[in-house]
Amino acid sequence: MVDHAASPAPRVWQRYDRRQRLVRFFLTLLSLTLIVWAVRDIDIFWPWVWDAPNQISNLGARMWPPDPRRLSEIASAMVETVHIATLATMLNVFIALPVAYIAAQNTTPNRACLWLGRFILVASRSVNTIIWALLFVAIFGPGVLAGILAIMFRSIGFVGKLMGEAIEEIDRRPVEAMEATGASKLKVVAYAIVPQVMPAFFAIVILRWDINIRESTVLGLVGAGGIGVILQGSIDTFAWRTVATILLAIIALVLFGEAVTSWLRRRVI
Amino acid sequence: MARSDSARSASPARVWHKPPFIANPWLRYGLWLGVLIYLVWALGSLPFNWERISEGLPRASRIFGGGFPPDFSRSGLLLTGFKESLQIAILATLLGVLLSIPFAVMAAKNIVPKPVYLFGRAVIIVSRSFHPVIVAILFVAAVGFGPLAGILTLTVYSIGFVGKLLAEEIEEIDWGQVEAMKATGAGYFAILVYAVFPQILPRQVGLSMYQLDSNLRASAVVGIVGAGGIGATLMNAFGRYDYDFAFAILLVIIAMILVSEGISGWIRKRIW
Amino acid sequence: MLEISKLVKRYGNDEPVLKELDLVVEGSSVVSIVGASGAGKSTMLRCINRLVEPTSGSIRLNGTELVNLRGGALRRARRKIGMVFQGFNLIDRLTVMENVLAGRLGYVSLYQAVTRRYPQQDIERAFTLMERVGIAHYANKRADALSGGERQRVGVVRALMQEPEILLADEPTASLDPRTSEQIMKLLQSLAQELSLPVLINIHNVAQAKAYTERIVGLRHGKMIFDGAPGDFGKEALDAIYGGIEAPEEEITAAPSRTSSEGVSHGQI
Repeated sequence: MVDHAASPAPRVWQRYDRRQRLVRFFLTLLSLTLIVWAVRDIDIFWPWVWDAPNQISNLGARMWPPDPRRLSEIASAMVETVHIATLATMLNVFIALPVAYIAAQNTTPNRACLWLGRFILVASRSVNTIIWALLFVAIFGPGVLAGILAIMFRSIGFVGKLMGEAIEEIDRRPVEAMEATGASKLKVVAYAIVPQVMPAFFAIVILRWDINIRESTVLGLVGAGGIGVILQGSIDTFAWRTVATILLAIIALVLFGEAVTSWLRRRVI
Repeated sequence: MARSDSARSASPARVWHKPPFIANPWLRYGLWLGVLIYLVWALGSLPFNWERISEGLPRASRIFGGGFPPDFSRSGLLLTGFKESLQIAILATLLGVLLSIPFAVMAAKNIVPKPVYLFGRAVIIVSRSFHPVIVAILFVAAVGFGPLAGILTLTVYSIGFVGKLLAEEIEEIDWGQVEAMKATGAGYFAILVYAVFPQILPRQVGLSMYQLDSNLRASAVVGIVGAGGIGATLMNAFGRYDYDFAFAILLVIIAMILVSEGISGWIRKRIW
Repeated sequence: MLEISKLVKRYGNDEPVLKELDLVVEGSSVVSIVGASGAGKSTMLRCINRLVEPTSGSIRLNGTELVNLRGGALRRARRKIGMVFQGFNLIDRLTVMENVLAGRLGYVSLYQAVTRRYPQQDIERAFTLMERVGIAHYANKRADALSGGERQRVGVVRALMQEPEILLADEPTASLDPRTSEQIMKLLQSLAQELSLPVLINIHNVAQAKAYTERIVGLRHGKMIFDGAPGDFGKEALDAIYGGIEAPEEEITAAPSRTSSEGVSHGQI
C-alpha cells in the first residue's frame, strides 16, 4: 500500500513525461515556425485577401440562375467524359496487371523486374493526371486520346500498387500445393493466385473507375477532352450562368458514379 | 444423396463443366454483348483526330529529345515555385483542418439536428465532387492569379476530405462519455469540448499530416490553371516549349512527392 | 521405392535441420514419421518433392535421383509425388471439382488448365475417386463451404489424381477433430492398400501412428532415433523422441476411441 507519510511533497500530476513533453514542445514550435514563415513570406497582396469574400460572392451572384440553354451540348460532353474514364480504366487493366505481377515480392521473376515494376508504379503515381494530360496533349494534340492516355497512365500506378499488395497478401499454401502437383509457373498463377486476388481486383477497378470519373472532368482544361473543354470555354467567355449549369452537371455525374459503383460493389463482391 | 450418387455412377460417361461465373445464360451472354456494344458505341462516338494523332510519334521524340537532359540551370525559379507550393500547402492544411471541425460537427448525424446535418453533408459532398483543379479555376476567376486562389482551393479540398472522415469518426464515438457529461449537467458546447473532441482529436492530428501530404501533391497541379506554386512554373515552361526545364520541374515534383510521402508516412507511424 | 541417403538441410548458417538422414521405404507400406515440432519432419517431407531445397544428400524415387532435377524434369518428377497438407491447401474460391482436377495440372496443357477443359478420363477418374471418399455430391460446391474432414478428403483426392508413385502427408490430421482425423487416417491406410502406394505420414499423434501405420520412424533434432514396427514403439522410444521437450501429453497418449479394441493398450504407451 502507498505510505502517505512518506510523500510529504505536494504530488503533481502530468499527462506526459519529460521526454514526451520536450518532443511535443518542439513539434509545436516547428509547426508554428512553419506557419509564421508561410504567412509572412508568401507572395500575396493582402488587401486582396480582405476583398476576397466580396469577389467570391460577386462571382456567385453572376452565376445565378444557371443557364440551361446549352444543356444538350453539356450532356453529350458528359457522356464523352464517362467514355474517357471507362475506356481508360479498361485499357489500364492490361498494363497494370503485368506491372503488379512483377512488382509483387512473391511473384516477381527477379530483382531487376521488381525494381522496374516499382519504378513504373512510382512514376505513374507521382505525376498527376493533369500533368500526364499536358504531356499527351503536347504529343498527340488536343482531344480525347490524350485524355484517355492520361487517365490510363495515372491509373496504372494506383491499380498496380494495390494489386501488387493484394498479390503479396495471398495465402501461400495453395501455391505450395499447386507447385507440388508439378504445375508450371503459369498454371500456378492461374489456379492459386488469380482466384485469390479476384475480389480485390474487382474492388480496386471499381474504385478507380469512380476516381477516374472525377479526374476526367478536368482533362478538358488542358485540352484533353470531356466536359472540361466546355467549362474552360464558358469561363473564357465569362458565360458564368453556363458555368453554373456545368458545375451542377458535374455534381450529378459524380453522384451518378458513386451510385453505380456502390451498386456494382453490392452485386459483384 | 446416396441414391443419386449410385444413379450417377451407373451412367456411362460423366461430364463436368466449370459452373459459369454467372449462372443465367441470358445475363451472361447479354453482359458480353453489352460490353461489346458499349465499346463500339464509345469508340465510334469519340472524336479522334487521327491525322493529328499520327503526328504523335515524331512529336514525342522531339519533346523527349528536347527534354533530355533536364535543365536545372534556372534553379532560382524552380526554388521559388517549390517554396510557394509548400507555403500554399501549409496554409491550406491549417485552414482546412480547422474549418473541417465545424463542418464535421454539422455533418455528424448523432449530435446535430436534421436540417443542420443535411446542410453539413451537402457542403462536404459538393466540395468532394469537384476536382481541385475545377475549384482552382473558379477561384482564379474570382480573386485573380496567384497563391491566394491556390490556398482557397486546397482549403475547400481539405474541408471535403477531412470533414468527411471526421464526421464519420464523430458518428462512431463512444456515446457513454457523452452521457456521462450530460449527467454532470454540462451544456451543448461543454459536451462537444469534453466528450466529443477528445475522442476525435488524436485522429485529427494524423489526418492533418496526411492532408498536408496530399495538399502538397495537389498544390503542384492547381498552378496549372493559375493558382500559384510550382504548377504555374511548369505550365509556363510547357507553354514556351522549354521542355528541358519542364522535365527538370517534373523531376523536382516527383522528388518532392516521394519525400513528402516518406515523411508523412514516417510521422504517422511514429505518432500512432 | 524411395531411398533417402545422407540428406542434409541447413537454413542459412544455422544448425542443420536434417543431419545426414537415411531412410528407405519399399513397396506399399504406410510409414509414419513422429517427432516434436522442429524435429525436421516437415522439412524432410518437403525435401522429397523439392518444395524445400536439400542442402546435400540424395533422394531417389524408383531409381530417379530427385535432388538435382530442374525445370520441366522437376515438374515431371513432382507429378509422381502426391502431397496432402496440414492446412488442406485448397483453393477456397474454386469448386471442389476444380480443386480435384488441379491434381492433373502437371499433365494437361495451359489452355486446358485455364479453360477447365480436362480430358474425359480425368473427369471420370475424379468422380471415381471422389465417390470412393464420399465427396462426389459436392463436386460443384465451393471448397470453403466444406467441413474440415471433407476438405481434407478433397486434398487426398487431389493428390491421388496425380497418379502418384508415392504419397506424402504432412500432418494431415492436425487441423481436424479426433473423430475426423481417425477417419482420414483410416482412409489413407486403406487407399495405400487399394492402390498399392507407399505413404509417408508426418504425425504428431503417436497413438494414431501406432494404430494406422505399419512402421514408425522417430526423428529428433534432424536425426533418426527410432525405426521399427508400432509394437516395438514403447515408453523408451517415446521418451527418446519427446523427452525434455514440452509435449502435448494428451494428444500423444490418448488412444483413438475406436482403436483401443484393436489391440493398442494404454499401458503400452
